[in-house]
Amino acid sequence: GTLTWFNSLLGFHRVKMKTPTKELNQVKVPAKILVADVKDVLESGVSTEKQEYLLKLLILSLIYLLAFSTRLFSVLRYESVIHEFDPYFNYRSTKYLVNEGIYNFLNWFDQSAWYPLGRIVGGTIYPGLMATAAAVYWVLHAVNITVDIRNVCVLLAPWFASNTAMVTYLFAKEIKDESAGLIAAAFIAIVPGYISRSVAGSYDNEGIAIFALILTYYLWVKAVKTGSLFWSAACSLAYFYMVSAWGGYVFIINLIPLYVLVMLLTGRYSSRLYTAYCTLYVLGTLLAMQITFVGFQPVQSSEHMAAFGTFGILQLFGAFNWVRSHMTPENFSRFFKTTLLAILAIAFAGFAIGVATGYISPWTGRFYSLFDPTWAKENIPIIASVSEHQPTTWASFFFDLHILTFLFPAGMYFCFSKLTDANIFLIIYGITAVYFAGVMVRLMLVLAPVACVLGAYAVSCTLQTYAKHLKKPNPVVVSASTSKRAVTVAQALPVQRELGAIMLSGIGIMLVLYAFHCTWVTSEAYSSPSIVLAARQHDGSRLIFDDFREAYRWLGQNTPDDARIMSWWDYGYQISAMGNRTVLVDNNTWNNSHIAQVGKAMASPEDKAYEIMRALDVDYVLVIFGGLTGYASDDINKFLWMVRIAGSTDPNIIESNYYTPRGEFRIDKEGAPAMLNCLMYKLCYYRFSEVYTEQGRAPGYDRVRNAEIGNKGFKLEYLEEAFTSQHWLVRVYKVKTPDNRGGIVNL
Amino acid sequence: HRVLALRCGSIMSSSYNKAVGQFWTSYQVNTPQKLKIIDVFLLYILITGIVQFAYCVLVGTFPFNSFLAGFISTVGTFILTVCLRIQVNPSQTEIKTTPERAFADFLFCNLILHLVVFNFMG
Repeated sequence: GTLTWFNSLLGFHRVKMKTPTKELNQVKVPAKILVADVKDVLESGVSTEKQEYLLKLLILSLIYLLAFSTRLFSVLRYESVIHEFDPYFNYRSTKYLVNEGIYNFLNWFDQSAWYPLGRIVGGTIYPGLMATAAAVYWVLHAVNITVDIRNVCVLLAPWFASNTAMVTYLFAKEIKDESAGLIAAAFIAIVPGYISRSVAGSYDNEGIAIFALILTYYLWVKAVKTGSLFWSAACSLAYFYMVSAWGGYVFIINLIPLYVLVMLLTGRYSSRLYTAYCTLYVLGTLLAMQITFVGFQPVQSSEHMAAFGTFGILQLFGAFNWVRSHMTPENFSRFFKTTLLAILAIAFAGFAIGVATGYISPWTGRFYSLFDPTWAKENIPIIASVSEHQPTTWASFFFDLHILTFLFPAGMYFCFSKLTDANIFLIIYGITAVYFAGVMVRLMLVLAPVACVLGAYAVSCTLQTYAKHLKKPNPVVVSASTSKRAVTVAQALPVQRELGAIMLSGIGIMLVLYAFHCTWVTSEAYSSPSIVLAARQHDGSRLIFDDFREAYRWLGQNTPDDARIMSWWDYGYQISAMGNRTVLVDNNTWNNSHIAQVGKAMASPEDKAYEIMRALDVDYVLVIFGGLTGYASDDINKFLWMVRIAGSTDPNIIESNYYTPRGEFRIDKEGAPAMLNCLMYKLCYYRFSEVYTEQGRAPGYDRVRNAEIGNKGFKLEYLEEAFTSQHWLVRVYKVKTPDNRGGIVNL
Repeated sequence: HRVLALRCGSIMSSSYNKAVGQFWTSYQVNTPQKLKIIDVFLLYILITGIVQFAYCVLVGTFPFNSFLAGFISTVGTFILTVCLRIQVNPSQTEIKTTPERAFADFLFCNLILHLVVFNFMG
């Protein structure tokens, strides 16, 4: 039973016999040649099928191993550690789930984040990632393979990348055939656009979300092609997994209705489409609402209304089709017009009432900015400040996709040349993915799978065309008297075989270059843990900067258990996970005005900042400073965003105050007085004037801004330095408390 | 002027009634018994859904999840039964499946639907 299923998975039983059978049906051939040909094929045909099957199995196994191993660069170079910022929160939540249990996890209220507000973690996360990691952990422990939870988290994304390659094989096989499937799986195993978010250590939602996305789309195409309730139900279960994994599920629930509408407009309505979409919509909506974070949005928010509208339209189509089968044409046309107008009027009225009363809420900022990219910068600076939300450059497209950039339109052409239900889905997915990838860099991730499938489509078609040229032409002759058409298989071009060889080797070289590029990109660009930095010294040896972990460990071991740390929101998750201390703001960024308070404190002079910090009960302040090492993502470079966000709630913080009269942002002698005296400046450059950073430069030379600092030798009144890491990357200051007489600070 | 409009109106409505009447007779004659039983079940589900929605409109939406669970249960069962009816209809050619397989799929979908409805009702 299992073997049969596995065989059918690989299309074993669907391998067709080659040309002679077809020609048997179409033309009359001399009996001698017929018998010889058929016997020839039969003798070699069986072993050819077995060979193909083994070859497919081998290729898929190699792809599986490749996808996993190419993501292990950072584990081999550094250690098995969680990267970036967001994964630290996911890691901490997974530890909580594994230690406390499912019930406590779903009801978790975190008091150590967003002091004094706290965070309802159970209701504000997508639990799919944590649940998957915990499930893997429990399964492994049940068979006594006691892997540490950190290693499960680090290696989950590469393992799921291998699974994504397998599902992409199935997806492309469903759309075209097995050869396209194999090429698509090979493409997606190493495409840089996907690797960037799924390396070992990048324990983030996208790692499993892309797997769920492709799985949902594969099952959807299968459901539309067969019209079976089983595949539609399976698609809705995969959609449920996607909803639990990532907020990008909105893409699915808008793409599939768009596809249905396009099918209706092109006259391809069928009962298979009706079955597939209606089952998916009903089951999917109900399942989506089981995730607490999603809540009632599927029936209330504008982002889901397209699906609802398409559901209604499909009901109309189905009903009218059924009625038409029972009526004469002229009766039907009379009935149709009246009823349709009545229904549309009622529906429009209902929708208008819903929008006017505000029951149907408008598109949220995060998704609205996808349609109007400039909207976020003016209205919600927090969304605009995230580096992943910036528009994509052409260089990024080529860097992340390489040859797929131009194979993508080629694949579109091949899809258009032979339109089927499945091809239309691929076309629409491709177009929308390209648009969204252009708006936001982070969504390049959604473009990568469809670029792989379309690229595989193009390569597979081309290979099939030119591989035929390599074969010797069959010497089949037709007797002209009995058949209507003369079928001659002569050489079309004199250099057919050479042309085929050139094209095939050209494609081969292209694919080899793709593999080289992808591995190089993975190794150089996407495998840095960002919690540990490395640099090359003059003699070529590697210098490791482990300042972040050093500082967080210091915090965890040298401050009171209930100490509250103020820092910019970027570092909140890391401080919570590694330092195990209460933070004021973190990467969740759910409370804009709380972040604005922190920004205001950082941008104010020391005395005003001290009032704000006392009001917020801050014990320690943490800043990241890159001036000594040349680390460019430090807090001074992020400072203007702090000012903008603070200014969005407090009109006293004016951004132009921090620029020179000429409009430049400078920290040297020419810098604005507001800039040179603000808390952030003082915390970053305290005692920096005692340090020589570069040969031939004065002390206090900032290596990132390439300038000597303007305000030197100042003393701090309300804070004292608590810790500075080895390369001055992380600096921690203690906020002084007032003494017994009040209002006077301890000196 | 008014008489003319009235007669136009009555001609329109009478042709509409004629169309509906023709549909009804064709339905009675051409639909197999099996499908008519499914149609009666569909009518029952429809009435249940309308009653639930009317209750919600009259009494209010709290608790919203319970209302949604009940209402989606009716809508879901309606849709699944319509899909079953399409697949079991002997005169359709688009979906290639046996009635037994169609019914098994139908049961599977209903199982998922009602498990989640029970979870959601609260």
